Amino acid sequence: MSAYVTKSPWVVHYDGSSCNGCDIEVLACLTPMYDVERFGIINCGNPKHADVFLVTGSVNEQNKGIVKQIYEQMPEPKVVVAVGICACSGGIFKDCYNVLGGVDQVIPVDAYVPGCAARPEAIIDAVVKGLGVLQAKRDAMLEQKPAEEAPAEEAVEETAEAVEEVKEEGGEE
Amino acid sequence: MIVKAVISIIAYLVLAPLVGGLLAGLERKLSAKMQRRVGPPVLQPFYDVFKLFEKEKMAPTRFQDFYVLIFVVFVIASGLLFFAGGDLLLVIFTLTIATAFLIVAAYSSNSPYAEVGAERELLAMMAYEPMVLLTAIGFYMYHGSFNVRDILASDTMCLLPMLGIFVGWIFILTLKFRKSPFDLSMSHHAHQELVRGLTTEFVGRTMGLIEISHWYENVFLLGFVFLFFANGTAWGWVIGIVVAILTYFVEVFIDNTFARMKWQFAFKASWIIAIVLGMVNIFVLYLCY
Amino acid sequence: MGTIIFLILFPMVIAFILLFAKADKARDVIVIASAIIIAAMSIVVTVQYARGGSEFFSFNGTIVSNIMMVVEIGLAIYIIITACQHRKWLAAIFAIIQTPLIVWFELTKGHHIEVESNMYIDRLSIIMILIIGIIGSLIAVYALGYMKDFQHHEPEDAKDRRPWFFFVIFLFLGAMVGLVTSNNMIWLYFFWEITSLSSFWLIGFTKTEEATNNAFRALIMNLLGGVGFAVGIVILGIVFQTVELSTMILVGSVYGDLVAIPAAFFAFAGITKAAQMPFNSWLLGAMVAPTPTSALLHSSTMVKAGVFLIIKLAPVLGMNNFAGIMVMMVGGITFLFASCAAISQNNAKRVLAYSTIANLGLIVACGGVGSAGAVWAGIMLIIFHAITKSLLFLCVGTAEHHIGSRMIEDMDGLFNRMPKLAMCMIIGIAGMFIAPFGMLISKWACMVSFVDSGNIMLIGCICFGSAVTAFYWLKWMGKLTAVVANEESIEYDVHKTESVVHFILVALVVLVCLIFPLISTYMLVPYLEVVFGGLAGGIMSTGNMTIMVIMIAVLVLLAAMFFGKSKKEQVPIYMAGANTGDNRHYFGSMQQEYEVTLRNWYMDKYFNEHRMNVIGDVLTTAMIIIGIGYMVATLVGLLGGVA
Repeated sequence: MSAYVTKSPWVVHYDGSSCNGCDIEVLACLTPMYDVERFGIINCGNPKHADVFLVTGSVNEQNKGIVKQIYEQMPEPKVVVAVGICACSGGIFKDCYNVLGGVDQVIPVDAYVPGCAARPEAIIDAVVKGLGVLQAKRDAMLEQKPAEEAPAEEAVEETAEAVEEVKEEGGEE
Repeated sequence: MIVKAVISIIAYLVLAPLVGGLLAGLERKLSAKMQRRVGPPVLQPFYDVFKLFEKEKMAPTRFQDFYVLIFVVFVIASGLLFFAGGDLLLVIFTLTIATAFLIVAAYSSNSPYAEVGAERELLAMMAYEPMVLLTAIGFYMYHGSFNVRDILASDTMCLLPMLGIFVGWIFILTLKFRKSPFDLSMSHHAHQELVRGLTTEFVGRTMGLIEISHWYENVFLLGFVFLFFANGTAWGWVIGIVVAILTYFVEVFIDNTFARMKWQFAFKASWIIAIVLGMVNIFVLYLCY
Repeated sequence: MGTIIFLILFPMVIAFILLFAKADKARDVIVIASAIIIAAMSIVVTVQYARGGSEFFSFNGTIVSNIMMVVEIGLAIYIIITACQHRKWLAAIFAIIQTPLIVWFELTKGHHIEVESNMYIDRLSIIMILIIGIIGSLIAVYALGYMKDFQHHEPEDAKDRRPWFFFVIFLFLGAMVGLVTSNNMIWLYFFWEITSLSSFWLIGFTKTEEATNNAFRALIMNLLGGVGFAVGIVILGIVFQTVELSTMILVGSVYGDLVAIPAAFFAFAGITKAAQMPFNSWLLGAMVAPTPTSALLHSSTMVKAGVFLIIKLAPVLGMNNFAGIMVMMVGGITFLFASCAAISQNNAKRVLAYSTIANLGLIVACGGVGSAGAVWAGIMLIIFHAITKSLLFLCVGTAEHHIGSRMIEDMDGLFNRMPKLAMCMIIGIAGMFIAPFGMLISKWACMVSFVDSGNIMLIGCICFGSAVTAFYWLKWMGKLTAVVANEESIEYDVHKTESVVHFILVALVVLVCLIFPLISTYMLVPYLEVVFGGLAGGIMSTGNMTIMVIMIAVLVLLAAMFFGKSKKEQVPIYMAGANTGDNRHYFGSMQQEYEVTLRNWYMDKYFNEHRMNVIGDVLTTAMIIIGIGYMVATLVGLLGGVA
């Protein structure tokens, strides 16, 4: 049976150290143009109610604790979506003295949305991808398995590949 | 008599959450249309609640669950008393206990956002309570009884003599439904200065229970609107139900057209309305009946 | 008969014994033993007289009357001397006016008035005796532990004045029993004056300048009421040729407009004693005294004497005369504005004081409405308020000694620091305003009877006042229920006497809510039938009472089953991701830790204490002046007509 969590993924959005480009695109998803509420997606602003954690910007010394804590405060099942290249890998800030890198340096990430800034379509696509992970985690919860083993590896691999591709493309340019 | 009461109790227990949830779904659809969006499916509120029940169980304290339980039990109880034809004042007081415990549940977490929400909810309660009581008293003065059953049995429609109270009741429904401009304590929309206000610390199942209770609550608050129209004939019933549902959508309309106001305005406005419309109307009723 | 006399004299005898018992141990034994005896005797009185209902005792008392007169003169001289020493001329003036007036009346006119029965007992008196006997003696027991701490906080060389304290408390209890069983108004007046003087002593107990001033304020206001009382007696004696309360009420329920004249003066005395606006400042000033004093004044004695008299006069006031309108308006206005003023208060004892004033306002208004339903509500209020308010005061007293503050804002985390005490306090607060508990039941009955009385202003007062009441109680309750992490319990050294009294009172709060339909059926309804001759309805229906009892049972059951039993994982609260992990601090910029403090709303802009008092005082003073003025004018007209 498909879990209801896939029909009502509530989102909490955190801006790590983004330049606000990706944040604006995240908000654009809520506008009539893209209207993510069609999928039951609500930006709820509270980790305790949220199922999907959208992070924009890279993780640095200042915010790593916050990212970690917000993630910990979300009840299972939950997924993390890294929005924008900075969140995926650190982007152009990768080598800054205080930047640790992508969000996956601190918490497990389930879907990556490359781009600078990430396009709304891509963000929506990633959240919808994340739903598959949510479903898998919910199933795992029902089977009493520890949640960490569960992330649908396919989905993760797929997005990881996409990230690699984007990186390579960037390198070619 | 008793059979009738039992039937309406069962009908309420089963139908109220369905109706409440559907209304909430239609509300979101309507809001979306007003913003030229497609909006979520009509059944979305149900998905949300089922989802909340699927989530991991967490709470900030060992005591929160108890307070929320009391809230749920007494919200449902107040609706039961109402639809079983009970005493209006008893219904109002039962609802007050429920709200009180919701506020206490939020306080118990000692979380800053929840506490600000709780305090605002308290303020809202102080703002609407006089009008709620005056409404019940208005019914009593007109019909000579606080019992819903007697009010329904009456053969006159009390809308016109109680017009002021009716308008006042519609006004405070905005506070009760927590719609803009008075969505002070919590919000379903993207106002995030309070995070989620009152409900910040309620996780998963707890939050789901609260949502369901709100559906129960909404339905029986609309039941009050219905009471203004009941006149013992089928027409009264039809008009009453239609107006009650219309009222809900008027509230949605207001919700979408106003920005949130300051609490000062909410407080002053509701008290002034209660004095001007409520008290004056009570005085008129006193002179005429 | 004998049992009642015993209940009046026994506390007084104990009072004198306590005056000479200097050792802690001896005092503990005497107070606890006599408290048990007094409580037991009040139950005996209940069993003895509850079935029969009302009974009058002739108790031929020329000698008693003479003794009372001598004591009264002595007390008056004492008041005048003390007042002159402290240059409180008003107190002296009032004493100089009233005592000679009463003495003159007794020696000349009063002599010729036949008094059929000096004392009586009916179901209202029984209820009052139960309240005085049980709550009053519980407070006395509580005071044992409290006063030890109190003495401990005093400077080393301070004189141990506890014998005096306990002397006054027991004197007070005896006088209260006398007050509620006197049918002869002159006797009632005697006990009335003793309670005024006892509260003067209790308030001034600490002998600081503030205490002395406040004590004199209380004395002056109550003496003013005493003047009203004395004038009422004189009018009653001269015009109606009687000094008996029962006769007055009997005549009054036929000739309401005439008897309203002395009734207005008695009601005025009741208003001062019940600390209604504009006389509420004495009760607030009484806060300087040790907490058991406040508990005693607010719950079972003193202010309850005022409302008792007004409730007794209800049949006369309810005859649609001006005295009734005066009383109900004063009560209603006081309820509204005292409730509003309570919002702006942080000091727990002041919140309690304003709440007492407000609730007494409701009772007074009930007396003024004077219908059977209103009186039912008024008596219920007296019962529930006595239990709940004494519980709350005693809780605040204990909290004050342990956390070193009586401010509500300092009660952060009391739920962790003193869990048992916090629970008692929460139950007490819930008892003050939430539905299945008693106060709300009576408030509900009040509302119905106010609506039936058709007084629009009163309806407004109770609607707005109730909303405000819920606000100030809930914000306090929220503060108490907040679970603040990492707080150690500091509850280990609470005196046994204190915690035992707390638990008994909590049990009483719940018990009385469970059995209130029985109280109604077996005590109140028969009483009202006697007084009003049949009930015209207006009393809560059986169905609703049953629902209330079921609700409280459900609440207790749910609490027993689920309170604190949640097995959910406990997680830190949300603080925008910057919670340091202890739920009390957050990381600011540069990883610095800041403490989170949460504070309540006081809304001083809207509910400024001073402003609320001024508005209330002006309105109530106007009502009283109009009411009394109208009565005096009627009297003058009446006497002129006769002449």
